[in-house]
Amino acid sequence: MATLLEVRSLTTEFVTRGGVVRAVDGVSWDVAEGETVALVGESGCGKSVSALSVMRLVAAPAGRIVGGQVFFKGRDLLALSEEEMRRVRGREIAMVFQEPMTSLNPVLTIGRQLTEGLEIHLGMTRGDARQRAAEVLATVGIPDAARRLSQYPHQFSGGMRQRIMIAAALACNPALILADEPTTALDVTIQAQILELMRDLSRRFGVAMLIITHNLGVVARYADRVNVMYAGRIVERGSARDLYRRPRHPYTLGLLRSVPRLDEPRRARLQPIEGQPPDLTRLGAGCAFAPRCTFRVERCRVERPVLAPADGEGHVTACWEAARLARAPALA
Amino acid sequence: MTDNGALLEVRNLVKHFHVGGGLFGGAPGVVRAVDGVSFAIRRGETLGLVGESGCGKTTTGRCILQLERPTSGEIVFDGQDLTKLDDAGLRRFRRRMQVIFQDPYSSLNPRMTIGQILAEPLVVHGLAPDRAAREARVGELLRHVGLLPQHAHRYPHELSGGQRQRVGIARALAMEPALIVCDEPVSALDVSIQAQIVNLLEDLQGQFGLTYLFVAHDLSVVRHISDRVAVMYLGKIVEIAGRQALYEDPLHPYTRALLSAVPIPDPDVEARREHVVLGGEVPSPLNPPAGCVFHPRCPIAVDRCRSEVPALREVKPGHWAACLLA
Repeated sequence: MATLLEVRSLTTEFVTRGGVVRAVDGVSWDVAEGETVALVGESGCGKSVSALSVMRLVAAPAGRIVGGQVFFKGRDLLALSEEEMRRVRGREIAMVFQEPMTSLNPVLTIGRQLTEGLEIHLGMTRGDARQRAAEVLATVGIPDAARRLSQYPHQFSGGMRQRIMIAAALACNPALILADEPTTALDVTIQAQILELMRDLSRRFGVAMLIITHNLGVVARYADRVNVMYAGRIVERGSARDLYRRPRHPYTLGLLRSVPRLDEPRRARLQPIEGQPPDLTRLGAGCAFAPRCTFRVERCRVERPVLAPADGEGHVTACWEAARLARAPALA
Repeated sequence: MTDNGALLEVRNLVKHFHVGGGLFGGAPGVVRAVDGVSFAIRRGETLGLVGESGCGKTTTGRCILQLERPTSGEIVFDGQDLTKLDDAGLRRFRRRMQVIFQDPYSSLNPRMTIGQILAEPLVVHGLAPDRAAREARVGELLRHVGLLPQHAHRYPHELSGGQRQRVGIARALAMEPALIVCDEPVSALDVSIQAQIVNLLEDLQGQFGLTYLFVAHDLSVVRHISDRVAVMYLGKIVEIAGRQALYEDPLHPYTRALLSAVPIPDPDVEARREHVVLGGEVPSPLNPPAGCVFHPRCPIAVDRCRSEVPALREVKPGHWAACLLA
């Protein structure tokens, strides 16, 4: 399938009291039309900042995109004027955030929030926009949609609010939705509802999706391809199947081993990744994961590994010891 | 469910909150946060308490700790019904029941060093006679939770999330408690750190003979750490059983739906797996449904479920469920 979004050598920095932090450090990834791609990693790894950089929503002046390109349908979004960029946001690329209550305006009705984009982006009349808004609300499974347009966010439950956010994202028929931890704040049974809904909608309307999450289960169920991030870089990428079956980066392997699985017999003891996540203001020259890595060799301390092919189509890993890792016993 | 080896027995615990009726409050009402909950925890045992937000699991924990006074019911800790005690009487017991919170950052004073945070309860409860004894005890506590003596001079913001949770655990340990209520102790932590903290909690349990009430929503973590598990829905326990029985042979349709909703980190397994996706949402505890509280979302509900309240009954030895069809 054709490439829809291509991020090349994207670098985003933040000025903090501790010094300049490179939250996203020369990262490249892409999303094909209609595909669901995951960006996985732990807090501070740069996954959310990557999405915000694509939308050019990194908070200035502390945050700044300092390098790279973001090609969307062939155009570099980083080279667009702010005016042109506004026509992309919401219209062609939409975003869904973790906490719907903070992204919905509490003093505007749901109807007003859904019709605003339709009037601005698509030039619809108020009446048409209202009709379309009711239609998308019904699509995301909100009963009695026409009546509920005149209600306010607080009159909806958390799960319903997230449905509204998805409706807002879908309203203008975007080609791509960036979903940043879309179900993390929700209960498990509601999380399952929302994820099934997103997958269904993505298939029905051919919308490509970038899911940003720390939940390896969600990734396994919903993503076609996966990028694993650590300390601002992608350390491994591959099809979901390759990555889970044949992880070729010690961090990916460590993550998979550290979570207890309901489908397997209970283990006597969990296998954590020892140590702490790195301080991004004090990254050395070597691999950022080296201090916590059980496969580390001398070279890892001095030379930062770059992404190189591993077994499997499109499977790449940034590890000097990938070959040794490949010979290690499979996931127990 | 009387058990002579029980450290804690909760009997018919009810906690209602009165809401509304104030200046801006709207119509007055009663939130039935906990509505007749009973269970026991044996010494050295871990009971997992799972359920979705608003099911009453945290309120149950707070009632046990007497941070909330129950509306009715008994909390029998080491043979003493805590609900019958006044504040002075409770003081003696508070030390022996400690709590670990989800977010250690908001429960640690940002202006105190880790050493001061850990020394404070020692002073308050007179557990260390002088400065030297306090410092020695602080160093020992840090070592127990896998931190270094020099961490005593740091402030909470200088530590990572996992390290802060270790401080939270050390503070609970300082009181030499018998029971620790762990309220979502790993859910705010990164995946790679969660396993570290779970292992630490297990080690400490073995070392000090601790009893845990482990309140959480992550069913995989709860299975790992618990000996028995109770599932709550809308203020009631709907199922309680030994770990293996509950996970391998769940009897309540809500437990089955919860287990089915957890995605497995394996694309091949997920591709084969059938999900029971529950429709609807948890009803308001202000106005719970008649009959079985789960019936509006239950995939197997029959007419009887709309009117008849199912009692929690022992369906198999040691395996209790509140379902008319179990």
